[in-house]
Amino acid sequence: MSVKSRIPLILLACGSFNPITNMHMRLFELARDHLHQTGLETMAYGISFSCCHNSFRCPSVQRGKRQGRYQVIEGIMSPVNDDYRKKGLVSARHRIAMAKLALETSDWIRVDPWETEQESWTETVKVLRHHYNELQSKKEFMKNKQPTERSTENFLSSQCSALPELKLLCGADFLQTFQTPNLWKKEHIQEILEQFGLVCISRAGSDPAQYINESELLTKFQHNIFLVKEWIQNEISSTQIRYALSRGLSVKYLIPDSVIAYIAYHNIYTEESEQKNEGDLLQPLKLHNTAM
Amino acid sequence: MSVKSRIPLILLACGSFNPITNMHMRLFELARDHLHQTGRYQVIEGIMSPVNDDYRKKGLVSARHRIAMAKLALETSDWIRVDPWETEQESWTETVKVLRHHYNELQSKKEFMKNKQPTERSTENFLSSQCSALPELKLLCGADFLQTFQTPNLWKKEHIQEILEQFGLVCISRAGSDPAQYINESELLTKFQHNIFLVKEWIQNEISSTQIRYALSRGLSVKYLIPDSVIAYIAYHNIYTEESEQKNEGDLLQPLKLHNTAM
Repeated sequence: MSVKSRIPLILLACGSFNPITNMHMRLFELARDHLHQTGLETMAYGISFSCCHNSFRCPSVQRGKRQGRYQVIEGIMSPVNDDYRKKGLVSARHRIAMAKLALETSDWIRVDPWETEQESWTETVKVLRHHYNELQSKKEFMKNKQPTERSTENFLSSQCSALPELKLLCGADFLQTFQTPNLWKKEHIQEILEQFGLVCISRAGSDPAQYINESELLTKFQHNIFLVKEWIQNEISSTQIRYALSRGLSVKYLIPDSVIAYIAYHNIYTEESEQKNEGDLLQPLKLHNTAM
Repeated sequence: MSVKSRIPLILLACGSFNPITNMHMRLFELARDHLHQTGRYQVIEGIMSPVNDDYRKKGLVSARHRIAMAKLALETSDWIRVDPWETEQESWTETVKVLRHHYNELQSKKEFMKNKQPTERSTENFLSSQCSALPELKLLCGADFLQTFQTPNLWKKEHIQEILEQFGLVCISRAGSDPAQYINESELLTKFQHNIFLVKEWIQNEISSTQIRYALSRGLSVKYLIPDSVIAYIAYHNIYTEESEQKNEGDLLQPLKLHNTAM
């Protein structure tokens, strides 16, 4: 199946990235591979997909979602605002800089500072809406422009009227957080699942299908939750990285050398930095408590 | 304790390195941190020794490539190097002999260095110091390695003893596994447990070379699991394919073949 007839897709990952690790970047690679490969079974059965418009009501596109025949054109890493108040969260300035260094060797993933530039913490659904709006604006702008090298612009300027789909990339633990009281608004979860969709990476041995099964809402939109299995155990937790760094232990080969050098030069992770926001309530919880 | 009064130590890791992964290199870093924290050792060098093609493991690609990939991967390390000696021998070499070889090399260098000026390199600094102690040479391995001592006909008992007694092991295990158990179940291991250093890896990082080869043969990404330079090398030489994975299929591992013949 030609690349042009696939549905263009953009992956967005939200998180602390405190600091970015090889695992964060691996999530993107895994997701892309999965979404690219899930079209093959469909082709084997000879079902043709000439339709490529982005409608939830189109039956052929429904089939496409289940089997997938996507072209992942971009990955966006969106570090959270300092106002999130997570314990040990260092300045966004540093987290953005480290992500930029780490992503230097990637030709499709980039870091976006929008969230960190807002006055306060932004709910995830709003980050998705923002990036989707950006996509739409770019599409309007590109309609009359010449195609260039960049994939995103190629798709946006093509004859096809479909906008890329924007999906939230996450780990299986993310699915679980939907159950944490007061962390999410129900209507937000629904919008994320219905209007956007999730690409959820889980480790061998865990079964996210379980969380989906236990939730009415998740079950309703399961067709828009892509489960990707990570067979290569690669649990590089940022918390463990910070712990090792504050003790002078090596993290080489777990995060890029350029990021290690940056951290050392700016002396970012110390016992002191780990105490930041100690005792504070996470901003989303604070907001919801105030509302009540 | 000052750096000079610590016992100098060299880590040697034997394996297929087919291909080298970030996890292999992480083992060295973990071991060094652990030994430094005991306060007794100064790790001055790490040696990666890829196994000879004659080992006959399924899917083992040419040593030429495995050495080249390890060299690329270790470019950014200032203390770990890859040594081709094993791969240059006519046939597969038993682990204890690899250890003996590198220890002999150490002794020869010591003699040579006695009258030389100290230079930048750590190893030479120690070898040329007034101290008459030779560095200790220890075998770096994963916990699964300890288990292989129990595999029938894979090891000669006297070799296990020599490895433990004359050299020693630095054994990295993952959170959740307990190598102390294997030691406890073996009389020999228990006897020399003072010379087995157990290091816990808290950050789960099980990048298996087998999984890497599998991913590569299917055109899946392994970026961030092995260095970019190694990925480029593999692509350029088209090293890992369905065909390469079939190499030595059905053959007996060389150590098992040798011991069966002896019987």
